[in-house]
Amino acid sequence: MRYSALRLIKESLTGHKGWRPQWRDPAPQSAYDYVIIGGGGHGLATAYYLAKEFGGARIAVLEKGWIGGGNVGRNTTIVRSNYLLDGNEPFYEMSLKMWENLEQDLNYNAMVSQRGILNLVHTDAQRDAARRRGNAMILNGSDAEHLDTDGVRAMYPFLNFDDARFPIKGGLLHRRGGTVRHDAVAWGYARGADMRGVDIIQNCEVTGFRIEGGKCLGVETSRGFIGAKKVGVSVAGNSSRVMALAGMRLPIESHVLQAFVSEGLKPFIPGVITYGAGHFYCSQSDKGGLVFGGDIDMYNSYAQRGNLPVVEDVIESGMSLIPALGRARLLRSWGGIMDMSMDGSPYIDKTHIDGLYFNGGWCYGGFKATPAAGYCFAHLLKTDRPHDIATAYRLDRFMTGHMIDEKGQGAQPNLH
Amino acid sequence: MIINHPLLGPRDAQEFTYLGDASLINRPYWLSENALREFHDYLYLRDNPAGKHRELWFHEQGDRSWLVVTRNTVTHEITKVELARDVAKARPKPEVLQ
Repeated sequence: MRYSALRLIKESLTGHKGWRPQWRDPAPQSAYDYVIIGGGGHGLATAYYLAKEFGGARIAVLEKGWIGGGNVGRNTTIVRSNYLLDGNEPFYEMSLKMWENLEQDLNYNAMVSQRGILNLVHTDAQRDAARRRGNAMILNGSDAEHLDTDGVRAMYPFLNFDDARFPIKGGLLHRRGGTVRHDAVAWGYARGADMRGVDIIQNCEVTGFRIEGGKCLGVETSRGFIGAKKVGVSVAGNSSRVMALAGMRLPIESHVLQAFVSEGLKPFIPGVITYGAGHFYCSQSDKGGLVFGGDIDMYNSYAQRGNLPVVEDVIESGMSLIPALGRARLLRSWGGIMDMSMDGSPYIDKTHIDGLYFNGGWCYGGFKATPAAGYCFAHLLKTDRPHDIATAYRLDRFMTGHMIDEKGQGAQPNLH
Repeated sequence: MIINHPLLGPRDAQEFTYLGDASLINRPYWLSENALREFHDYLYLRDNPAGKHRELWFHEQGDRSWLVVTRNTVTHEITKVELARDVAKARPKPEVLQ
C-alpha cells in the first residue's frame, strides 16, 4: 500500500478501515540466501538495500524482541556529517545525502528535519580545531560555516555567552544536519523491506551459529535452525555477545549512554546545539520536549539504565550553557547500550569465518549512519567486497595500524 | 554505585576513574615469539561479557590505589573488591622469568 495525501483523504472519509499492517509476521523458513541478525535500524536498512539495490533474494531479518526496540528507539535522533578524518567523513556525507532522500525512497514520513547543528567553541584552540574540521567537511562535499559570537547570539540569544570560565566565542554551523524521527526510520525500512519480500521474524533469538570447516551454514535460533548462505550480524550493543557464539572476541566494550527529555515547551530551540566546554547537546522535538544527553557512564554495562552522577553531570553542563533549562521539568531519562570501539570508529567487514559478516562498533553515532551502513553492509554481503566509501572499517585495522581515531584517545573505549 | 574499598571502606564510585577489563594486568611477555599478536589481543580485544566482569578502577580522588572490582554488567551489583597489587602478586610468574 502506497501512502499519499489522496489515500489519507480516502481513508478519513471511510472511517480509516482500509489501513493494513505495515509488515507481515511470517514464520521462519528452513533456509535463506541471506540472514540478517538484528531488527534494528541497521539490520532493517541492510535487508532493504539488499532487496532493492542488490537484487538479493530470500532474505530474513531475525530479531530477538520486536523490531526497533534497541538503540534505534533509544537515541537522540541527530543526523550529521561533520567528521574530520578521511576514513569517516565521506561515509557520513553519503549517509546524510541518503537521509535527504529517505522519505521519498521509502514512501514513509520519517520527519527528516535539517534544522542545523551548531558546535559551540569557547577558546582559541577550539576555534582553530573547528575551522580545520569545517574545512575537512567542505573538502568532502559537506557544508560548514563559521559563526562568531554575534552570529551565535542572533540564532540563540538565550545561551550563557558571558560565562566567566567558558564564554561562547563562536561556533561551527552545519546547516544540513538535523533530526529524524527515529522509530519511523525502523518502521519505514521494515515496511520497505517487507514489500520487497524480506521476512521480518520477530521474537526469534539467535542462540548459536552452525559453523563447519570454517564456513557458516546458518544459525540456531529459539525457533529452530535456519540455514543461510550468508549471515550478517548487525546487533550493536550486543555485538560481543553474539559474535562470542561464533568464537570471536571483538575490539569492542559495551557501555551505557543516558538520554533525557523534558516536558513539552513552546518552541525555543530551532536546531541542535552542542556545548564545547562540557559534554552536552540539546535539541527540541516537534512535540516540544527538550531532548538532550551527554557522556556515557564510563564503565562496562549491559543495563539499559545509568547512574545518577552522570545525570547530575549532564544537567549541570546543560544549566551552565542554557540557564533557562532550570525552569523545565525532566519528563523521562533512559539508557542505551553502545558498542564502544577501540578507536571510536565502526566496523563493516567480513570475518575469518566464510559466510559470516559483521557490522557494529558504532559507539554513540550509529543512528546517523543507518542508511549508509545498511547500504554498505548490503554491498559487502552481496559482492564480498567493501563499498568504496567504507573500506576503512576493517576489523583488523589495529593489527595493520590503520586506526580511525577522530579524538586521538587511543585504545580506551570509554573516552571516545 | 558504592565501591567497598578494602582499605578505606565504602566509597562513592565517583571518586574513581575506570580503566577496563582486569585482564589488562596480564601484560604479555615482550620477548615472546608471538609478541605482536599477543600485544594486539591484549590491547585491543575484550571479552566484554554480560554478567560477571572483573575490572580495574583507580581511586583517583582518594588513596590513588588500583582496585580489581568484580561487578555484574547487567545489574551493576558489585560482589568483590580487591587491591590490584594483591591480584597481580598472586599471578603465576611467566615461565621465562622463573
